[in-house]
Amino acid sequence: MSEPVLETHDLSVRFGGVLAVNTVSFTLRERELRCLIGPNGAGKSTFFKSITGQIRGAQSNGRVVIRGQDVTGWSTHRIVRLGIGVKTQVPSVLSGLTVEENLWLAARRALGREGVEAAVDAVVSELELGAIARRQVSELAHGQRQLAEIGIVLAGKPWLVLLDEPAAGITTAETERLVAIIRRINRSATLIVVDHDMHFVRMLDSHITVFHQGAILLEGRADHVLTDRSVREVYLGSRAR
Amino acid sequence: MSPNFGVGRIRWNWFAAFSALLAALPLVSETHTPTLLAIWALFALSLGLMWGYAGILSFGHAAYFGLGAYTYAIASFNIEESTVPLLLAIVVPALVAAVIGALMFYGRISDVYLGVMTLVVTLILNRFMNATAGDAYRIGNARLGGFNGIPAFPVLNVPGDPSNQIYGTSYYYLVIICLLGAYLIARAILANAFGRVLVGIRENDLRMELNGYNVPAYKTAIFAISAAMAGLAGCLFANWAEIVTPGVFSLGQTAEVLIWVIVGGLGTLIGPMLGAVALGALKVALGYQTTVDNSLVLGIILILMVLLIPRGFAQAFVAARQHFAQSQAQRRRARTHRRRLSLQEADR
Repeated sequence: MSEPVLETHDLSVRFGGVLAVNTVSFTLRERELRCLIGPNGAGKSTFFKSITGQIRGAQSNGRVVIRGQDVTGWSTHRIVRLGIGVKTQVPSVLSGLTVEENLWLAARRALGREGVEAAVDAVVSELELGAIARRQVSELAHGQRQLAEIGIVLAGKPWLVLLDEPAAGITTAETERLVAIIRRINRSATLIVVDHDMHFVRMLDSHITVFHQGAILLEGRADHVLTDRSVREVYLGSRAR
Repeated sequence: MSPNFGVGRIRWNWFAAFSALLAALPLVSETHTPTLLAIWALFALSLGLMWGYAGILSFGHAAYFGLGAYTYAIASFNIEESTVPLLLAIVVPALVAAVIGALMFYGRISDVYLGVMTLVVTLILNRFMNATAGDAYRIGNARLGGFNGIPAFPVLNVPGDPSNQIYGTSYYYLVIICLLGAYLIARAILANAFGRVLVGIRENDLRMELNGYNVPAYKTAIFAISAAMAGLAGCLFANWAEIVTPGVFSLGQTAEVLIWVIVGGLGTLIGPMLGAVALGALKVALGYQTTVDNSLVLGIILILMVLLIPRGFAQAFVAARQHFAQSQAQRRRARTHRRRLSLQEADR
């Protein structure tokens, strides 16, 4: 079995009286593709934010370990510098700049002065962003913007990629393309994908962690998890087939 | 080719022509007012760099302008030669801004509170300097002077020669050199990776943090650089006026520079400088009459500008030029198309 690259030990996040993440112990191994699913408010995105240092300090308890290094309490930029690419739930892009400029800034920090242009060209080519590379991100359609953000994540050549709802608001054709892209990324990087879209999650056919009320309800392969009675009750509800 | 992040290459021929124009100005005009306008342009440039490119809006930029002025006045009473006071007038505001900036940016204070904090710093300095009347308030040989300020301090001299003071036309040239130098430094900042990161931070600081940039450090750095420029402007102002009063920390001073930057054009370097010169000249002209209130006119101009040209003159000019170039290109394409059609007709 490969080495764990990301571990959380009894991770909790509290917002006032609400326990958004409840003593979550989670392990992710090298080159794994893991999907996090769960109903709205299950704590998936909060969990994401707490492992990337966006939520830390008094609100957060427990430990986060990345490749054996305890990063609990670290600032976001320090954690990201370990080689992590993050796509946020609401696309977080530099709207007033072009796609190319967005990619340049991501690559420049991760790769230094040398090789930035080559990295930008590689991402543009891999994600077929050529037609929109010189366009301002604010002018792009939602699906293009999602893709641009994935490009930003990849431009830094991360070994751990965290994608929060990458399939939200995109067309079926775009979803199929996204699945192919994620599989390609997974050849060289470890991934966590958070999403609501069960069709998309089934297409990824990966190991799944189900969140419910801030805690892990179940973990396992897609075929097992998606047919589990407890998951159907808390997550699929009346839509269960 | 690497992207330009909205910052084009400097046009050296334009820069040389403009510099020559400024150099020739004393041949046709007195230099007292143009010197003041150039100082204000430098002050506006300092805010325009920070606000327009890093997205940091400070309601208290006058604090650093005033600190530069007071630092020079106090230091020049204690140090005979003016080079060190001049350097202190740049360094002290930069250090104060670095401390305040670090507290604000590492403390993750949101934009509104940042504006309030910067404003409060200015008001505190204003109140404090007003309360420093009496012999007890002195730093070395310099009496702070309370409401009356510090008059008659030694003005700038030729480096190494305290008896050779710089005033009149020579002082005008010194101010112009400082202004053009600050402009070139600002251009250099924006042309390299540091400036591009600032532009990224202006657009979305969370994304830049997720890209791995230490956003608070970048913000603190540009806050300090901007304060250093404002401090230099304050020092030059003190030497121009030959007196420093708590008025340099006033709300009016702080509001004026914001208006200059908005009217001139946020997100450009030329715009804030032109805004300062144009509105500064108007202010000077209005100062000679008593019919219309100065502040009223500036207020009306600001309201009209925000309503009619919200991005300021420089940005409007750039947009108009781009629109003109696009329409010319369209016309050329249409002309070529018509010619091709007529040739095809002739062939048939």
